[in-house]
Amino acid sequence: MNGRESLVSLALLSITLGCATAPSSEEIAANAAAMLKSSFKANGQASLDRLKQDETQALCSQLAGKPPSKEVAARIEKINRDAIKYPADGKLLGDWKNGEKIAQEGRGKQFSDDPAGPVGANCYACHQLAPQELSFGTIGPSLYQFGKLRGYGADTQRYAYGKIYNSEAYAACSNMPRFGHSGILNEQQLKDVTALLMDPQSPVNK
Amino acid sequence: MPCAFAQSTVDEIAKYRAALQDGNPAELWEARGEALWKQKRGPKQVSFEQCDLGLGAGVVKGAYARLPRYFADADRVMDLETRLVWCMVKLQGYSEADALKNPFGSGNEKKSDMEALVAYVTSESRGAKMNVALSHPKEEQMYRLGEKMFYFRGGPHDFACATCHGEDGKRIRLQDLPNLTGTEGAQKAYTTWPAYRVSQGELRSFQWRLYDCFRQQRFPELIFASDASVALTMFLARNANGVAFDAPAIKR
Amino acid sequence: MADPMKIRANLVGDSTEVKVLMNHEMETGQRKDAQGKTIPAWFIQSVSATCNDKTVLSAQWGPAVSKNPFLSFKFKGGAKGDKVVITWVDSRGDKRTDEATIA
Repeated sequence: MNGRESLVSLALLSITLGCATAPSSEEIAANAAAMLKSSFKANGQASLDRLKQDETQALCSQLAGKPPSKEVAARIEKINRDAIKYPADGKLLGDWKNGEKIAQEGRGKQFSDDPAGPVGANCYACHQLAPQELSFGTIGPSLYQFGKLRGYGADTQRYAYGKIYNSEAYAACSNMPRFGHSGILNEQQLKDVTALLMDPQSPVNK
Repeated sequence: MPCAFAQSTVDEIAKYRAALQDGNPAELWEARGEALWKQKRGPKQVSFEQCDLGLGAGVVKGAYARLPRYFADADRVMDLETRLVWCMVKLQGYSEADALKNPFGSGNEKKSDMEALVAYVTSESRGAKMNVALSHPKEEQMYRLGEKMFYFRGGPHDFACATCHGEDGKRIRLQDLPNLTGTEGAQKAYTTWPAYRVSQGELRSFQWRLYDCFRQQRFPELIFASDASVALTMFLARNANGVAFDAPAIKR
Repeated sequence: MADPMKIRANLVGDSTEVKVLMNHEMETGQRKDAQGKTIPAWFIQSVSATCNDKTVLSAQWGPAVSKNPFLSFKFKGGAKGDKVVITWVDSRGDKRTDEATIA
């Protein structure tokens, strides 16, 4: 074979190799699932079940950071709104003092946490709330004067409770955990956090 | 007001880190790691000087800046720790279980040889430009798997890496969060690990950083030197290409 | 068992600058472990530095000094090639001595 011929056959060979080995997105998805299974192990209260995605998590993950289309967003919001459970006694406000403790508490549900230990919502990780707390995050919007700005009416209470229960009922693929839906906070805690936002006496509204 | 506050916090933390650069306790791990690298150890009594980190047997200088990469002898993509485990098993004769033991140290009574080795090897890439290639199909695949993992939402809190590291200018409490989906964030973050973590009192590696993120994401435990850990490292290391590696560093 | 100290000694003008990184837990005795038991105190209590057998620094430390402490000091005199020797003794009676040559 002369130099030119071997160059051509080399080029053909690399093209064929290139097509054969470039992974398709189906292959990637299958390999990703296998990788997940082999790369994590159960520890404490964190079982491998936590890697099973529900429809919301799966849809949002596929977007890879891009916002969902109107149709997908509507679907996700409906699934999550239909899943909200409001308190049977109809009372949505608890004790804001306890709500502040829950907002400050960063522990709960980690494999390093005592399953019998405190579980909080860690609101200050992402939000400003009471103005006295300077150590607040900015992943979410400021909630300072939440009730004062929106009014303290029943509709707003219902929205606030629903948002904390399941944030994706209102914002598909929101970064905010679905505190009630995922069983992170119990009903009393949800009421207490709602009060932190909606009680006129709460420091959030002062 | 929050904007001015945030910027002065960023500046103050930068000043704190600069002041702590001199006398970084990471140097103690680097010294111990260098001794371990040169020591004949394991059932076969061989030193790591026979270990190929990608630039030839025993070549440490600049090796970390090219990792993760595909290794033909293992037919897989490996990061530093995966490769060290490989050399411990194949060259030094340790069992894989023994090689994977004690990845993260805890005090002088429970030191981790792995962390010391990581400190030494990475220190030999200080100043080298990040240069992770995607020349082998398995490297390409690993990158895409890492990207997929980055956006994987799971656990009771629906957290993905992207939840905290997907946007510019965010912070959790008062800790600034690099945007790891973009080049600048990945460059700043990836090139400063491993680091002496003052709050831990330990030299912590990138494998540790991933492990600890997943713990806080309420996931089950990320297995040390697992495929997912290598995939994510591939994704972030490659995104960090083009700037000088500057570790072991020191962090809060 | 503590790792060796990292010592750097450099002549700058007419004084020697010494920087020492020590490996020590420096446990204050105030911390509690996961079970709630107090972790016993264990910290460096005295540090001494000599140059050509003459004491150039002597220090008494307490639990306020951080883990893996970094000590930086200057002394007048000293010449290139002189030996600087650093010794620490801790609350358990453990000690460590390391040396460096002035560059």
